[in-house]
Amino acid sequence: MNSPVLKQLYAFVRKEFYHVFRDRKTLLMLFGVPIAQVLLFGFVLSNEIKNSKIVVCDYAKDYGSQEIIRKIEASKYFKVQKATLTHDQIETAMKAGDIKMAVIFPDHFYNDLSHLNKAQIQVIADASDPNTATTITSYLTNIINDYQAEALAQNNQSYTIVPQVKMLYNPELLGAPNFVPGVMALVLMLICAMMTAVAIVKEKELGTMEILLVSPLKPYLVIIAKTIPYLLVSLLNLTAILLMSVYLLDLEIKGSVVLLFAESTLFIISCLALGLLISVGSTSQMSAMMTSQMSLMLPTMMLTGFMFPIENMPFWMQGISYIVPSRYYYTIVKAVMLQGLGFSAIWRETLVLGFITLILIVINVRSFKIRLA
Amino acid sequence: MDNNIAIKADKLTKRFGDFVAVDAITFDVKQGEIFGFVGANGAGKTTAMRILCGLSTPTSGTATVAGFDVYKDAEKIKKNIGYMSQKFSLYEDLTVMENITFYAGIYGLSDKDIKDRGAELLDRLGIAHEAKTFVGSLPLGWKQKLAFSVAVIHRPKIVFLDEPTGGVDPVTRRQFWDLIYEASDRGITVFVTTHYMDEAEYCGRVSVMVDGRIDAFDTPANLKKKFSVDSMNKVFYELARGAKRKAD
Amino acid sequence: MSAITLDNITKTYNKGKVLAVDKATFDVAEGETFGLIGPDGAGKTSIFRVLTTLLLPDGGSATVAGFDVVKDYEKIRNCIGYMPGRFSLYQDLTVEENLNFFATIFNTTVKENYKLIEEIYVQIEPFKTRRAGKLSGGMKQKLALCCALIHKPRVLFLDEPTTGVDAVSRVEFWDMLKRLKHQGISILVSTPYMDEAALCDRIALIEGGKLLSIASPADTIKKYPGKLFAVKAANMHQLLKDLRSYEGTHSCFTFGDAMHVSFKQDANTDVSKLTGYLTAKGHKELEIAEIPAGIEDYFIRITEKEIAEK
Repeated sequence: MNSPVLKQLYAFVRKEFYHVFRDRKTLLMLFGVPIAQVLLFGFVLSNEIKNSKIVVCDYAKDYGSQEIIRKIEASKYFKVQKATLTHDQIETAMKAGDIKMAVIFPDHFYNDLSHLNKAQIQVIADASDPNTATTITSYLTNIINDYQAEALAQNNQSYTIVPQVKMLYNPELLGAPNFVPGVMALVLMLICAMMTAVAIVKEKELGTMEILLVSPLKPYLVIIAKTIPYLLVSLLNLTAILLMSVYLLDLEIKGSVVLLFAESTLFIISCLALGLLISVGSTSQMSAMMTSQMSLMLPTMMLTGFMFPIENMPFWMQGISYIVPSRYYYTIVKAVMLQGLGFSAIWRETLVLGFITLILIVINVRSFKIRLA
Repeated sequence: MDNNIAIKADKLTKRFGDFVAVDAITFDVKQGEIFGFVGANGAGKTTAMRILCGLSTPTSGTATVAGFDVYKDAEKIKKNIGYMSQKFSLYEDLTVMENITFYAGIYGLSDKDIKDRGAELLDRLGIAHEAKTFVGSLPLGWKQKLAFSVAVIHRPKIVFLDEPTGGVDPVTRRQFWDLIYEASDRGITVFVTTHYMDEAEYCGRVSVMVDGRIDAFDTPANLKKKFSVDSMNKVFYELARGAKRKAD
Repeated sequence: MSAITLDNITKTYNKGKVLAVDKATFDVAEGETFGLIGPDGAGKTSIFRVLTTLLLPDGGSATVAGFDVVKDYEKIRNCIGYMPGRFSLYQDLTVEENLNFFATIFNTTVKENYKLIEEIYVQIEPFKTRRAGKLSGGMKQKLALCCALIHKPRVLFLDEPTTGVDAVSRVEFWDMLKRLKHQGISILVSTPYMDEAALCDRIALIEGGKLLSIASPADTIKKYPGKLFAVKAANMHQLLKDLRSYEGTHSCFTFGDAMHVSFKQDANTDVSKLTGYLTAKGHKELEIAEIPAGIEDYFIRITEKEIAEK
């Protein structure tokens, strides 16, 4: 701590933390909102779904299919209706909301199973409500696994039943575990961009910015000192969200945690740069808040694919989505966290995100003011 | 009620927890009087003024404003007073006439009254040609005079002025006081706070608040005589110097 | 060497539409306390911001401590103290934290220059753990001054330090400035209170962006043309009306408990004539006395025409 610059930086960062911890509203925003978001979505997700109406179309009508259907009927999760419906009839019933899922046993089911040790079941689920669709599909898979395990134990037969799952209406299953990457993008955007913008504009409003500018403090130090606390708080939040996802929502982080944090840091830097840009154009905390809402929160919610599938949007909106950093971050987190993919799968998104960040930093450096106006 | 008394306060007290912001103040203001309400920062002026405007309920004591009780008839008080402060005056993004119409409308003046009084007001200030100008682009002095005129457009019995002349140039400051005198001539009671002690001399009577109490209450001439000094500034200095409540 | 020099400084806003400062030229000597006296919107803050390197002038040149305000802004920022017009400390930081923060920002410590602020700081020290937002106006102003002084600046800029502060705190504040002057710090201070002007070494009267007069307070009032009379009577408001309609009156304004009256140049300044006029109007307890003009009298005198036109 001998360098005067480091001393100044330290004093400044400490002051920023005082601001953060002495304002209840800021604290609530920083820590309350992320936790509330995760819990809110988590509640929806962990809610057990009972007595879902499903239809079973048994074209096999043999020993194996009967056995499995009996297990399904015995489960508290399903209310089974037996009928041999055509594909069209299944869809009509789903559209009417009569059934949530259809399970179809093909001809020669048990025959295939006993001779080839392998058979297929077709499962069609209504994914317009992705949470329910995934939950009930996993219940069904459990029942089938159960059957396979029993067969192995009793007859020493190693069966492989492959459920051919087809999600109708929402094949990518947007929603469900996907909310965690979405919430991460949203929360980081909120904290990094909005809070940074507000924190800087607050100094302008108070008049302290004038004193800071008139001091020997290098202007870039103001920027760095203003962003460090929010970078740290964001990483803390990220950790909290991940911990909650793993331990509260039983969501597994399939890929590398290190990679996840590295990519998140890149995204956080792009958000901080956005926040700085907003602060340049705003004169009051109110307008900084409004600009953040309009130009950051809305695009993050609408155009990342977190709430609505991008493919279904009008062409021009899809176009805009390409310059929204959270879109890339969302894809990256999904790939790393949910699919367990490595850097080779996300290098393109990383590159684009890095490029956007770089542009934002350049714009910031260019528009930086060493004077008031 | 005594018809000649506009404001009467008796042992009026306001506590915030252990802190006594206004400490049993007793005074009266006569109808049509220009009453100066001065005191150091934090002496309790703002709190006392809020009570009298019906914005805050006292902890104990009694007070009537325009004959209405501050506990029971706060809404009636609001109808019978005007209020102007240095900070809040007019909407900068509305024109002069729009501001007049808005404030007159709040007090339920008829369309005809709004038109007549608005024209009369602009005439008196000599800014009839600026009726359609945005208030934001008027010089500060005009804004302040306009704000005062708007505050009395509904012809209230009493008008409260909270540091109305802060930062205004000396000529405009005096023109502003001309308006105050005119209002007083029309029978409007003027209750004014100020940091300019020469303005305290313009008042009929002055009360000086120190640490929540009224430590002096008389005409400027009598106060100067009592403290054997030649200006209100010195009277104020003598009184406020001993204030304990400096940091609040 | 002069602490501050201004040579035809001009500042406009809104792309030249608003002229805030019009060719201001003056200088402040080393160790001098120089006052900019004028109402809100006169251009005081614009001059401060140009000198503190916060704004670029549109024309002219200026130096602070020998450094150019445009080219050498970084050097200026190392050696000046600045107290902006509005309360500009961190409300959610304590007195102590604010002071330590500003000391560090200016590459110094509170200990190093404690002597300089000691006299002021001891008055707020009992409240050092209190948040700045909870201080009274006078206390905030003292803290702000401490923060502006903590790095022992060569030139101190105080933009309306006493606005909104009560009369007692104002007197105390000017006492502090007097002591700082003895430390050799050059001070540029602005105020809308004319009575404070007398406490400066030299003053500039400013209105509408123009500097109208630059002189010591004593020389400023000597410039007042003609004689000035203080008139008192029992009914002051009526007195004002009658004096204004008196044929010889140039101007008449209320000043505390008296009317200050000046006569037209060619008018008869015989007091007995005025006494006769006022007595005829029924005024009682009449007092008329010739008085020396004050700074406010002179300010009104040189601005009344412009203001009337506005």
